[in-house]
Amino acid sequence: MTTSEPLIVLEGVNKYFGPLHVLQDVSLSVDRGEVVVVIGPSGSGKSTLCRAINRLEPISGGSITFDGQPLPAEGKALARLRSEVGMVFQSFNLFAHKTILQNVMLGPIKVRGEKSAAVRERAMSLLERVGIAAQAEKYPAQLSGGQQQRVAIARALAMQPKALLFDEPTSALDPEMVGEVLDVMTSLAREGMTMVVVTHEMGFARAAADRVVFMADGQLVEQAAPAEFFASPKSDRAKDFLSKILTH
Amino acid sequence: MDVFSDSANIDTYVTGFLWILKLTAAATVGALVLGVLLAGMRVSPIPVLRGFGTAWVNTFRNTPLTLIVFFCYFGLYSALSLELSDDIDTNNYWLGVIGLSVYTAAFVCEAIRSGINTVPVGQAEAARAIGMSFIQTLTLIVLPQAGRAVVAPLGSIFIALAKNATIVGTIGLMESSSAMKELINANGDAVFPIFFVFAGTFAIFLIPTGYAFGWLANRLAVKR
Repeated sequence: MTTSEPLIVLEGVNKYFGPLHVLQDVSLSVDRGEVVVVIGPSGSGKSTLCRAINRLEPISGGSITFDGQPLPAEGKALARLRSEVGMVFQSFNLFAHKTILQNVMLGPIKVRGEKSAAVRERAMSLLERVGIAAQAEKYPAQLSGGQQQRVAIARALAMQPKALLFDEPTSALDPEMVGEVLDVMTSLAREGMTMVVVTHEMGFARAAADRVVFMADGQLVEQAAPAEFFASPKSDRAKDFLSKILTH
Repeated sequence: MDVFSDSANIDTYVTGFLWILKLTAAATVGALVLGVLLAGMRVSPIPVLRGFGTAWVNTFRNTPLTLIVFFCYFGLYSALSLELSDDIDTNNYWLGVIGLSVYTAAFVCEAIRSGINTVPVGQAEAARAIGMSFIQTLTLIVLPQAGRAVVAPLGSIFIALAKNATIVGTIGLMESSSAMKELINANGDAVFPIFFVFAGTFAIFLIPTGYAFGWLANRLAVKR
């Protein structure tokens, strides 16, 4: 599935929150069509890494390129880049004053200037795909967390992005709703979507990832194919982390 | 109630409240437009605009409205010869609208800004993440939610505006308070009836307005 052509390249990325050094010389390359799962303990900088890729979090040093272009600092160029990189948040962040259908249609119409009729058709088929078509006229607050997160994925897909970023997409969900969201993500991964997924779902990492990246204390400690990583982690930090989560 | 059986007096009374109605209507539109623009400036990433918004609010919120209306008359009209109409009443009316609008806009701005603070950061982040510009994020996502959150306080501001409109009487417009003064001057024996009719008219219009805003606030509230 991987075509060995880097789409996202981070080189020597550093990020400080005041005195806190949250990303320390992180270098990572994600190929087109690759699914990279980022795992690690809380506070390891994995969410910041994810948010840095579409510059929701500006970096303090190093470089990030997307599709061969360095990340624009601001303005129209940055907006255009963001429109090509979908993002799914931990807290869904559906537009609370818009219906489900409007949430999905807003980006293509307002950002891309596409025709409403064509967008509606695409939006409905995306909602169909994530299993929410029947709720299209409802408001976000009327949906369960799992449903909202599936709409958020549809909203990101409506922009026909080159890559999708997931920032702990299932961490705010009730346990019984995690599966429905992971199912959608797994099917996207199978279809060749380039994905960077920050998550604690080891099952998803095993099943859908091409590569697992382990972060701790702001550093990218090790990366490997999931089977290899889970069977024989090399670093002590990763061994320690896995022993804590996999023994239950 | 002999005072109000005289048709000339009725005319004074009605004309006075019609001025108040027109002043309130025009200044509400002016204050709302200006206030939303100022709120947008105060949260914008451009320091000059932020400074302008802050300066506006600090200036007009802390200057008595009477002084602002005086300035519109003596400053804009007399000194700077800003003439808005050949008809002196219409001219004073528009000067009053300017004064009321710039003053009330400061309060509208601050109400909207407090509304913006009720909108979770994630809403703006999600908007930026799908490629919206600052203006789009503000006008499509943040302001509509902020506005809905502050319908009730905006209602109070506009009710205050309707009463503040009487201050335009100080620059010669025969609005309701000037009309009341004139009637009292001519009918010294009927001070209380005149006073209660004028005060009561404000109450009859403004009490339902308050309830209407309360109802609207509930209806428009964004469910989270």
